[in-house]
Amino acid sequence: MIEVGTQLPEKIFYLDRELLKRYADASGDQNPIHKNEEFAVSVGLPNVIAHGMLTMALVGKYVSDFAGGSAKVVEFGARFTKPVIVPAGQKVDLTVTATVAEISEGKISLTLSATSAGVKVLGMAKAIVLQ
Amino acid sequence: MLNPDSVGSTFAGTDSITVSQSEVDAFCAVIGESDTTIAPLTFTIRITLTQFEEILTRPEIGLDWSRLVHGDQKFEIFSPVKPGDELTCNATIESYRVAAGNEIVTVRSDLHRDKKLVVSAWSTLVVRA
Repeated sequence: MIEVGTQLPEKIFYLDRELLKRYADASGDQNPIHKNEEFAVSVGLPNVIAHGMLTMALVGKYVSDFAGGSAKVVEFGARFTKPVIVPAGQKVDLTVTATVAEISEGKISLTLSATSAGVKVLGMAKAIVLQ
Repeated sequence: MLNPDSVGSTFAGTDSITVSQSEVDAFCAVIGESDTTIAPLTFTIRITLTQFEEILTRPEIGLDWSRLVHGDQKFEIFSPVKPGDELTCNATIESYRVAAGNEIVTVRSDLHRDKKLVVSAWSTLVVRA
C-alpha cells in the first residue's frame, strides 16, 4: 500500500571507470574530468567524477522501475550538490531511496535520496509519476 | 561572459534529429534498463546539451563552455520519446546572473515531434570563476 510517507525500497547501483566510459559514449559527453585522473585533479577535483547526468540516469531507472516504466514518469528533476568520486580500480556505490511526498489527481510525487560513500550527491531530487 | 542581451532569446534547432534504436540501446545498457522500446527518462539530454553548447558558445553569446559545471536539471515529459522519433529542438536562455564571480545561466530546451511538445528540459549551467 502506497501512501504519503511510505519509504520505497533502497537500491544500490555500482559505478566504475568502465561505466563512466560507457556513459560518455552513450551520452556524447566526453569531458575528460570523467575519465582522466590527471586532468580532473588539475581542475581542482579530488579524482575522476561521474557525470551528474549518469547519476541522474541511474536514479531515473529507479523511478521508472517504481512507476512501471519510463512512459509513466511525467517529471524528474535534481540538483547536483556533490560529485560521485570514482577512483581507478574501484566500484563506488550510488544508493537510492525515495519517499512518497504526495498523492493527488492520479499522480504520485516522490522525494528522492541519492548518496555515494555516505555523501548526499543530489539535492531537491523529485519525480512525479502516474499512479 | 554571457551577453546579457541574449536572455529571453529562443533559438531554433536547424535540423530534426532522429532517435536511433542503437542510441537508445546503448543508453539503456548503461543503466541496466531492459525495455528498449522507450528512451530512458534522461536520454534526451544528449540532444539538449549538444544544442546548448552550440548556441551558448557562439561568439555573440560568449559562454565559456570549458569551465562549465551542471548545477541542476529538470525534465517535464509530455509524451515518451521512442526510437524512430524525429525531434526538433528549441532552446531558450531563461535567466542569467553572476554570483561570487560564477556565471549562472538557466536554459530551457523544448523538444517537439510533429509540432507537438514532447519534452521540456531545464538546465542550470554554472561557469566557475
